[in-house]
Amino acid sequence: MAMLRHARAGVWAALLLAVGGSLAEAKPFRFANDGDVGSMDPTFRNETFQLTFISNIYEALLRRDRNLKLEASLATEWKQVEPMLWRFKLRQGVKFHDGTPFTADDVVFSVNRAATAPSNMTGYFASLKEVRKVDDSTIEFETKVIDPLLDQKLVQIYILSKPWAEKNGASKSTDVTKPAEENHATRNANGTGPFVLKLRDPGVKTVIAPNPNWWDKAEHNLTEVTFSVIQNDATRVAALLSGEIDFIYTVPPQDTERLSKADNTKIMQGPETRVVYLGFDQARDELQESNVKGKNPYKDVRVREAFYRAIDIEAIKTRVMRGQATPVALMVAPGINGYVKELDVRPKYDPDAAKKLLADAGYTQGFETGMDCPNDRYVNDEAICQAVVAMLARIGIKVNLLAQTRTKYFAKILGPGYNTSFYMLGWSPASTYDTHNVFEQLLQSRNPAAKKGAFNVGGYSNPQLDALADKLEQEVDKAKRDAMIADAHKIFQKDFANIPLHQQALIWSMRKNIDAVQLADNSFPLRFVQVK
Amino acid sequence: MASGSSERALARAWDSDIAYSFRSSPLTMAAAAFTALYLLGAMLAPWIAPQDPFDLKQLDLLNAFLPPVWEVEGKAGFLLGADDQGRDVLSTILYGSRVSLLVGFASVVLAMLLGIGLGLISGYAGGAVDAFIMRVADVQLSFPAILIALLIDGVTRGLISAQRHEELAVFVLVISIGLSFWVQYARTVRGLVLVEKNKEYVLAARVIGLPPALIMLRHVLPNVLGPVLVIATINLGVAIITEATLSFLGVGVPSTQPSLGTLIRIGNDYLFSGEWWITIFPGAALALLVLAVNLLGDWLRDALNPKLH
Repeated sequence: MAMLRHARAGVWAALLLAVGGSLAEAKPFRFANDGDVGSMDPTFRNETFQLTFISNIYEALLRRDRNLKLEASLATEWKQVEPMLWRFKLRQGVKFHDGTPFTADDVVFSVNRAATAPSNMTGYFASLKEVRKVDDSTIEFETKVIDPLLDQKLVQIYILSKPWAEKNGASKSTDVTKPAEENHATRNANGTGPFVLKLRDPGVKTVIAPNPNWWDKAEHNLTEVTFSVIQNDATRVAALLSGEIDFIYTVPPQDTERLSKADNTKIMQGPETRVVYLGFDQARDELQESNVKGKNPYKDVRVREAFYRAIDIEAIKTRVMRGQATPVALMVAPGINGYVKELDVRPKYDPDAAKKLLADAGYTQGFETGMDCPNDRYVNDEAICQAVVAMLARIGIKVNLLAQTRTKYFAKILGPGYNTSFYMLGWSPASTYDTHNVFEQLLQSRNPAAKKGAFNVGGYSNPQLDALADKLEQEVDKAKRDAMIADAHKIFQKDFANIPLHQQALIWSMRKNIDAVQLADNSFPLRFVQVK
Repeated sequence: MASGSSERALARAWDSDIAYSFRSSPLTMAAAAFTALYLLGAMLAPWIAPQDPFDLKQLDLLNAFLPPVWEVEGKAGFLLGADDQGRDVLSTILYGSRVSLLVGFASVVLAMLLGIGLGLISGYAGGAVDAFIMRVADVQLSFPAILIALLIDGVTRGLISAQRHEELAVFVLVISIGLSFWVQYARTVRGLVLVEKNKEYVLAARVIGLPPALIMLRHVLPNVLGPVLVIATINLGVAIITEATLSFLGVGVPSTQPSLGTLIRIGNDYLFSGEWWITIFPGAALALLVLAVNLLGDWLRDALNPKLH
């Protein structure tokens, strides 16, 4: 199947090339990624690649500029008028792609849609009490607690047209764990953004074209953008080298050097704020995928530490990532507010100590466990998982690895089912660039009612960390807040709650005639792209 | 006495037409020698391979991407280099060939049993049964075998969980390849049965009241086996290639137990970066094996064809 898909993508790309060549002024742009955007529904999956692709079509109240500074988008002014009340002035005269005008009702509708399960974005609304329309051009957010980051959280909450969604039966969000259950918004889109959806062929390609009626002045010079899925690393690189594709992400680490030296391609790189880590199911009393019955080995901190110490992160860095990664010991990377350099020290790699820890925990013979891994999401994700499987084999752990495409993988491991025993995930606190986002979404105890711990896939739970995270959410004194963050990091490390692996290097490769702006969260807004 | 007669039988075999044509074709002898050596290597892999690549405890990621031993950075013990997970390429080829050959042989046997059975029934029974079986065969012939194998594999994946599928991958492969290649056998056998069933020896067997099943198996089958063996030999090569193709596409055996096709797929990702040995060596091994098997099949077809004598 994969081959057929590639062949089809190739044919389309060739056709587009032919069309592009015949128009002198046209600047089409073609880019490829390992996997597909899962859906056009803005609340389907809280994942950077997904959300930035959608940000070309849909817009939020606020957006980030080239320097990641918050700026006005569908809102023109915003202010925390009272500690627990935010007021937003809406831009006037904006129209959705289908021609309907943008109104305050659309904002209320879209925020509530995003804040209600099965939306995957509910985690951003833990503090929200109510959103309400004041008049046609004013919106108010009332919060339950003081939330100094509310404006930043709204950057990835995109606004749909209420009449369009209601007319087409898309008033409710689709569910990331049930990708087969689609609604009208899955394959169609109607935003206010710089691009209009032209064609959606899931798993193969998506075509968007500039919105002639966009309210802002376009900084890009694109006439049409084709996004293709090319899962195979070598095929993707070959497509870029041959000029069939203008831009690729991810760039296989083994090909970075060649792409930087080739005549027509270049590399753009920088540090990425994403931390790739491994997590354990610590919630169930018996694992779903293990030969240990009647108890859950991952509830024992010694087992978690044994796994941590069995992983040779340097070998992964030098061999699998070819140096294009920085090992980390925290759940946040440098560049994120709340990263503490002094605490970024990994426990030593020591398989003998790991074996002893396992024996102490009563697993002298080791045990068997399932593992979930994506094969088209993070840089060399499957290869990293395979290396981990071999490393764990040495301490007697038999890992049954299930590496699959991201749509299936996310559907399996994400809540409310959390059907995994041991998994790989990557996280970048992309909306707020603050550590609190990581505590709130990944480490606080799962609590759907309070909208906390939504991505705490392993179900780690420590009341001390919960309390700290709740407190620091409202703390405005920076010194006090930093101290609380450091304490929370220490609790995480003492518990061996997850195994942070590394911060992957952010590497894009493109043809030499492409200008793009690389943002540290690895988002790729097309509005900054220029084809020369 | 016994040894004398077996010696004489051996001498008779040595003087037979088939043996003669074998002896007089150096290419065939080379192909046979290579195939035998290859089979031996695959069978003895646990004893002769430097490393057990399926045993994850023996892998060291730090050996990943070691080049072949004659290159500057090569390391003794890794004659043909190492792959992305630190597996010795030579060992992986030896072990991977076991998977490839196992799937090849097993699927050929499955296809042969199915094809011969249906072909005999079709040819002997005739009428509606014949028409039905042959129309099914026609329909299947209109699809490429690889597509049918993909289809069967895909359906199986839908039916069983992914974890279970990893364990059953080899069986699924055998079944999907076996089911996609039975048609040739069935058609050949049917045609031959149509010729044979009106010959006197079959009529005689019928006259003395033997049941049809016995007539088919005891009398007709031995007379149609020659061409079937030829098809089987040539199909062995095709089956091995099909397995490699499926594994190359990522729907074959899991990458923790790589077959030749899986190895080529893994290595394919590193061709641009210059680590050619991960894909070239398994590719060469696969090509040579299939070539040798095909040469043997060609020779067998000529040797068994009385018209060429």
